[in-house]
Amino acid sequence: MREMLSMIVVLTLLASVSGGLLAAVKSGTELRIEEQILKFQKAPAIESLFSNVTNDPLKERFNLETEDASIQIFPGKMADGSMAVAFETLGKGGYGGDIGLMVAISLDKDSLVGARVTTHAETPGLGSRAKDDLQFVSQFNDKTMDTNLALKADNGTIDAMSGATVTSRAVTRAAIQAQTLYKNLKPEIIKQIQ
Amino acid sequence: MAQSLAKEFTKGLWAEIPPFRLVLGLCPTLAVTKSVENGIGMGLATTFVLVFSNLLISLLRNVIPTKVRIACYIVIIATFVTIVELVMQAFTYPLFLKLGIFIPLIVVNCIVLGRAEAFASKNNPVLAVADGLGIGIGFTLSLASLGAVREILGAGTITIWGGNPVFDITTWYQPFTYMVEAPGAFAALGLMLAGMNLISKK
Repeated sequence: MREMLSMIVVLTLLASVSGGLLAAVKSGTELRIEEQILKFQKAPAIESLFSNVTNDPLKERFNLETEDASIQIFPGKMADGSMAVAFETLGKGGYGGDIGLMVAISLDKDSLVGARVTTHAETPGLGSRAKDDLQFVSQFNDKTMDTNLALKADNGTIDAMSGATVTSRAVTRAAIQAQTLYKNLKPEIIKQIQ
Repeated sequence: MAQSLAKEFTKGLWAEIPPFRLVLGLCPTLAVTKSVENGIGMGLATTFVLVFSNLLISLLRNVIPTKVRIACYIVIIATFVTIVELVMQAFTYPLFLKLGIFIPLIVVNCIVLGRAEAFASKNNPVLAVADGLGIGIGFTLSLASLGAVREILGAGTITIWGGNPVFDITTWYQPFTYMVEAPGAFAALGLMLAGMNLISKK
């Protein structure tokens, strides 16, 4: 009895102290990590999507509140004067967790400018091609908001990467989520930009 | 005391150097040593975890009940690994991206758990820290040298912390990418192990 009690007490104490310590470190590094993600993950994706914008999408970013989250919106003024916005969505169910997808959508044409994978923990050489090899994500270019962006295997229009169906599906989920989000947020976005 | 302290520290540098002598922790060894930089990063992260988990486990060695000791060790190790992960994300983000999944995997690195079980749980905190530091530095040196061999043969250059290569032989040497791929890791590790055996045999 005494032994069992000591096992329970020691493990509980150890786990609680560890939990507390981690919470402290997490809240201490949170802001810096956010900055680093913006600098090393989002910025390259945005620069690649908005290669010829005339403004600075990173500086002009703003947040929009939805029911359950706050979304960072990066506005881009295209060379021909039209406006586009980029924002990130998370595709659930990748091979190594959620996959972040930065999606740019033209406000005038209601169509995708393009999409880039930002954060992921997919298998190097297989799922990681979603980020490194632009062939897969370039399928999203110029797709309209009504296009079914699911995989062809799921009656959609996107070809999966061979050997990485799970990853491909998670990316399409993020893209579809971006379509819905855009439809809901468009009035808000236009109000904010003007 | 001072003598045994030095002994515990230096054994990790040659006599029990991981992963060559203490053939543990091969997963990160083979996976991340594509370059010197990755090797050093992984080695330092593991050293941090080793030193602090050894210290804490040694301090608590009379408190932790034997039957749940492994669970306790894992909680302690996992805590330090998560701290390393968060700190790396906050301060060395590009390195964190390269090492990726192998940072959280330090939790199940047999070197860390092995030192906890075989050494820290039986010795005083000072010796335990010396042991952790020695093994950790040994691991870092191994990973860095393995990374150097693979990077030189596979890429022909050595680049540390971005910028220009500090070492470049591509003018007369044709790199073969086999060495930076996974099979090259086995070949390089095997050859280095053979070399070490040859030297220590004399």
